[in-house]
Amino acid sequence: MKDVKVLGPGCKRCETTEAMLRNAATRLGIEAQIEKVTDYAAIASYGVVSTPAIVIDGRLVHAGGLPREEALDEWLAT
Amino acid sequence: MSASGLAESTSSAPGRRSSPLLWYGGTAAALMLWFGVYMGLKPAAEALTGLLPVARESRLGEAIAFFLYDTPKVLMLLALVVFAMGVVQSFFSPEKTRAFLSGRREGAGNVMAAGLGILTPFCSCSAIPLFIGFVQAGIPLGVTFSFLIAAPMVNEVALGLLFGLVGWQVALLYLAFGLGVAIVAGWVIGRLHIDSWLQDWVRELNATGGCCRVAEDEITGVERLREGLASMREIVGRVWPWILAGIAVGAGIHGYVPAELMARIMGAEAWWSVPAAIGLGIPMYSNAAGIIPVVEALLDKGAALGTTLAFMMSVLALSLPEIVILRKVLKGRLIAVFVAIVGTGILSVGFLFNFLFG
Repeated sequence: MKDVKVLGPGCKRCETTEAMLRNAATRLGIEAQIEKVTDYAAIASYGVVSTPAIVIDGRLVHAGGLPREEALDEWLAT
Repeated sequence: MSASGLAESTSSAPGRRSSPLLWYGGTAAALMLWFGVYMGLKPAAEALTGLLPVARESRLGEAIAFFLYDTPKVLMLLALVVFAMGVVQSFFSPEKTRAFLSGRREGAGNVMAAGLGILTPFCSCSAIPLFIGFVQAGIPLGVTFSFLIAAPMVNEVALGLLFGLVGWQVALLYLAFGLGVAIVAGWVIGRLHIDSWLQDWVRELNATGGCCRVAEDEITGVERLREGLASMREIVGRVWPWILAGIAVGAGIHGYVPAELMARIMGAEAWWSVPAAIGLGIPMYSNAAGIIPVVEALLDKGAALGTTLAFMMSVLALSLPEIVILRKVLKGRLIAVFVAIVGTGILSVGFLFNFLFG
């Protein structure tokens, strides 16, 4: 079970990122709990400067802008 | 392992597995096509206006010709500029900028922060995480402000469109004085030593420190082109309604506002027009793409350069929505100081320009 967090105050790109993650998880058949973090203090606690950012199993893998799809698959698979 | 068929069909960028040669060649071909079409815009707009049952010399004719020529011109310029800047910005990231700025002293730090404000990809929706991230990294408040003032005001869209529509001299002046305002205003805020005017929870974060780093991706030339293309698609897709609105207003000014009226209310003689333009600019929310067609029309009608630039700066740097967002991390007093100092900076630029070029 992957623990996936999307960090972002709720801009459009953050929503797109979340949807991309859900799609990728379904496609790869990976069980993942995807959660959105919108609280600024919580976002800041990951040391993120630009959003949307992605944290998988406690590891920050991406920050700023939409992620690339291939990279997304890689992060979820490892 | 190869991606499934579903992955292929959902991938958004066409030819994402194609060779670098195809990307570079395609970019070169697209650029040539761009210049070809751009050169043909003026005659095409004139021909199109000629087909309409309106006298070309009438006010309506003037307004229509302006609209038909400016709309594709602005959209094409914007697409080109945003693509180019997307490629440039792939060399910079907010994380790198933060690492670079942390440990800098005030003064030099303000100058670097303002400069990086132009080059670092920035969207107002991540202004808060960025602000907090900077404060956490121990970057002085004044240096952070220099970045936050420069980033929305002197952005690639503003510079590119000024360059294309109004001329390189004005674009250069805007760049220089925009940076000047960001550097000086940030420096003054730093001198005030008012870190206690941050919201309490931000300062507590600051005390705990603690920070992690993002894995740096190896990034190729094709990757950069792709990033440019992605930001072009996103930004043009987001701002085109603003552009149409801005051009419509510009067309109205172009066709209907008499030049002598403009000279009276926005000319260099009317000293009060500078503060009035700033006051008008604050509640207006637009982005550079929407405001520059208006600026073009105003200048064309004889509005003073200083007044017009002051208007543009206040629309971009002091917008109400941004103030509302900043309220989450800054106490009201600090916001008031921020608005007062940046406003004063813009006012000085407006007066100076009107004095020099009036």
